[in-house]
Amino acid sequence: MIKFENVSKQYNSGHTVLKNLNLHCKEGEITVFIGPSGCGKTTTMKLINRLIDPTEGKILVNDKDISTISPVKLRRSIGYVIQHVGLFPHMTIADNVAVVPRLLEWEEKKTQKRVDELLEMVKLAPNTYRNRYPSELSGGQQQRIGVIRAFAAEQSIILMDEPFSALDPISREQLQDELIHLQKDIKKTIIFVTHDMDEAIRIADKIVLMRSGEILQEGTPEEILRRPANDFVKNFIGKKRLAQYEVIPESEEVMTRKPVTILPSRGLAESIKIMERKQVDSLIVVDTNDRLQGYITIYDVIQQFRNESKRVGDIMHTFEHVISPNTLLNQTIDLMDEHKLPYIPVVKNDQTLIGLVTRGSIVGHLSDIYSTNGNEGS
Amino acid sequence: MDYIKIFATRGSDLWSAMIEHLIISGTALILGIIVAVPLGIYLVKTKNTWLRSIAFSITNIFQTIPSLALLAILIPLIGIGKFPAIIALFLYSLLPILRNTYSGFKSIDESIIEAARGMGYDGKQRLFRIELPLAIPYLMSGIRLTTIYIISWATLATLIGAGGLGELIYGGLSVYDKPLIFASSITTMILAIVIDFLLGALEKFLTKQTTSREQSA
Repeated sequence: MIKFENVSKQYNSGHTVLKNLNLHCKEGEITVFIGPSGCGKTTTMKLINRLIDPTEGKILVNDKDISTISPVKLRRSIGYVIQHVGLFPHMTIADNVAVVPRLLEWEEKKTQKRVDELLEMVKLAPNTYRNRYPSELSGGQQQRIGVIRAFAAEQSIILMDEPFSALDPISREQLQDELIHLQKDIKKTIIFVTHDMDEAIRIADKIVLMRSGEILQEGTPEEILRRPANDFVKNFIGKKRLAQYEVIPESEEVMTRKPVTILPSRGLAESIKIMERKQVDSLIVVDTNDRLQGYITIYDVIQQFRNESKRVGDIMHTFEHVISPNTLLNQTIDLMDEHKLPYIPVVKNDQTLIGLVTRGSIVGHLSDIYSTNGNEGS
Repeated sequence: MDYIKIFATRGSDLWSAMIEHLIISGTALILGIIVAVPLGIYLVKTKNTWLRSIAFSITNIFQTIPSLALLAILIPLIGIGKFPAIIALFLYSLLPILRNTYSGFKSIDESIIEAARGMGYDGKQRLFRIELPLAIPYLMSGIRLTTIYIISWATLATLIGAGGLGELIYGGLSVYDKPLIFASSITTMILAIVIDFLLGALEKFLTKQTTSREQSA
């Protein structure tokens, strides 16, 4: 959707703001640029609507080099929300929202309809607010108008430059929620600049962390929190936030790696033998490729034992709950607790069984942590 | 009683002098607006700082020259009559209009300009749909102030043969005709007050959407 290819920006004074930037912002995703002030995040964003032109490299929007599009035309096709709202004080709310449609010379009827539609989208009754002036609205309401103004001409790309930073914490969270909610329906490609890590984690599909004109790390919030690339990223994210994620282990660390399994084609007598040998009361059924099929318990086997024709596959139950190797332990525990599960299989995306989280394995994991801590303390 | 009667006996003189006065002041003012407003806008937009300071210094100098001296110095340059008077008053009008235009445009919030640019207004649309309407309060107060100055200074223009209400005032002074002095001075004052009131009304009309709303919020 938006591609940066070897983009650099240098000012006449020789000061370099961006160094050889390569980046891809995917369609329908919220990409958040974050970093300390002066890191080049706002500059990067303004390159997209040509408020700033790069010194080197090119930027492609929908595979088209934007240096070939006139800035005015380009900007009308890209929504823009700025930090200080920037509503035009001499225009009514309706006129403010209608700015781009009118620049594009839409039919007046269509424009009015669109304005009402947008006002309703952010729950400001059109009849009440249409003819008010920006100064008659609260800060939060003003920025709602700022946001819908950027959507007015059905632009598919929206740039947002620290749009909520001037708001009080409560309105800020409200607007973040509204944006997330809105994005579910409208699926715009949004470039969002912020310096607030909480905000980034909350709304981003992808976070691009920058410093001194370079990208330090990019990835989903989860990836960045789990695997910060270096100490700067760690510091920027903050110990507190990292701690939340570091302390809670993933299921992969907790599971037993060698659950006792059986093929569905095996007989019941054989399954009893295995249970006896391994000292377990149930077996996980997998196919020859280790794909999870279900499970059998000792009770099922005893009940059906007389029927020699029955195979494991005939009497097995399927699992209602499975987890991925990245599922956090707290989520796993919640799941086991809620459904009273003695154990829960860990599978990869293709259903390949890789382990089993059991009550025993959890206790084992916890004892590992606490005994280590105990040793350190003494 | 003479003070009232004079309005009847010299009524037509007063009237034509007032019209002349208005023409001189009005022409000077319109010229001033035509030159100073675009220049002010240009000075806001240009990155050329020395040009800006030169323009301000020059207009500043015109403003500081005593009005009588400025009128006098124009006689050897362009002679006497209405034309030099208009030129002198025009030069006076430049600074206040220029300065108010400049600060009017400067007063516009950067974020509004950026929003306008970012949303795809081209230069002309931005100027006429966003910047000019927002700068109007400043512009109007500059014009209003200048108008009052010009109307009062125009009374001096009679000294270089421009006519206007000043002619009647000086005429009255030279023969010590107290009713005439009174009538012509009062007319000048009323003219200034009425024009100021009209411009004030215009200003209110043009700016009611922005300023009054902002104040009420």
